[in-house]
Amino acid sequence: MITGKQKRVIPGTTMFDGDVARKGYALNKMCFSFNSAENRAAYLEDKEAYCDRYGLNEQQKKAALSLQVLDMLAAGGNAYYLAKLGGIFGLDMQDVGAQQTGMTKEAFKAKLVEAGK
Amino acid sequence: MAKIVGGINVTHVPYIGRAIANKLQQDPYWKPFFDGFPPVRQWLAKVKPDIAVVIYNDHGLNFFLDKMPTFAIGAAAEYNNADEGWGIPTLPPYQGDVDLSWHMIDSLIEEEFDMVTCQEMLVDHAFTIPLELFWPGQHPCPVRTVPICVNTVQFPLPKPARCFKFGQAIGRAIESWDSDARVVVIGTGGLSHQLDGQRAGFINKEFDLMFMEKLISDPLWVTRYSIPDLVELTGTQGVELINWLTARGALLGEVAKVHANYHVPISNTASGLLCMEAV
Ligand SMILES: [Fe+2]
Repeated sequence: MITGKQKRVIPGTTMFDGDVARKGYALNKMCFSFNSAENRAAYLEDKEAYCDRYGLNEQQKKAALSLQVLDMLAAGGNAYYLAKLGGIFGLDMQDVGAQQTGMTKEAFKAKLVEAGK
Repeated sequence: MAKIVGGINVTHVPYIGRAIANKLQQDPYWKPFFDGFPPVRQWLAKVKPDIAVVIYNDHGLNFFLDKMPTFAIGAAAEYNNADEGWGIPTLPPYQGDVDLSWHMIDSLIEEEFDMVTCQEMLVDHAFTIPLELFWPGQHPCPVRTVPICVNTVQFPLPKPARCFKFGQAIGRAIESWDSDARVVVIGTGGLSHQLDGQRAGFINKEFDLMFMEKLISDPLWVTRYSIPDLVELTGTQGVELINWLTARGALLGEVAKVHANYHVPISNTASGLLCMEAV
């Protein structure tokens, strides 16, 4: 049994729980639609209209249009679905990692290599 | 009765699919990863499985947040891969084994693991890439398959102790199937990595190596941890290693290491490979 709601705090980390999943549903649903090439093309054609069609709120829309990953996470985005939006713009996981940590891509990649030593 | 010949756990990063398509196996970046596989392929050639039960997590190809099962199992004659949105080549369909699927469903639900059953199921890179690594370029894949999907997307996730017991129930289900089939159990995902947040790029080599070691000698060691513990220790996506634990549970009893490999990084991920057989 779970009593009360005590959340574990891990710095720089969000667990995608019910609260976040509720908040981010529209944004994540839009990203899920990008499995389809036709939908990816429709997004590129008119991004704002596409966001509106999926009912994104202003925070989600702004975050998605700016491609700022931390903002999308704050708006309830989930990494697995957001990756599909990033894919439209050819962003790989090192681009995304560098952006979120405020590093250059080269420095981020060097950090990964270092972690293996 | 069917026989479990052993288990293989492996990382499943999407970009491995692109590296295979671009034939980068000998590229200096990829070589330390791909060089792990020949001994596993030799072992597979020796133990000759007919069927692979693949324990993995879907990344938003078959399941979305509208319906998110904790444990789901395929019961289809064929499973299709499909576009995940990253321009990675889509692989040809995989043959299922409907008889084993339904036997497992009966057995698992009898053991109180109330599975979501899927007579149609798309399989994503977490299912296809490991098979492509074990049986490279063999289309159709030479084994029949049963996909088992564990939720690692939306918390709460099934806790490690539960995953281990789930794995044991999977093992008993396979071994109680009236068939002379030889079955390999595959667990995919991990090891430590985090794609999202200011802690993106987090890797924990020390924990990963300990985890691989303990999976052989003392798998219950992992069950002392909660899901938040594992997120802290291995990253928000490192927690996919519960699929490894589930696969280990299915091996029922003592195992020996056939082969292991560990290399950092592949994309943002610590890549691991662990092949085990019963002793
Ligand atoms: Fe994954």
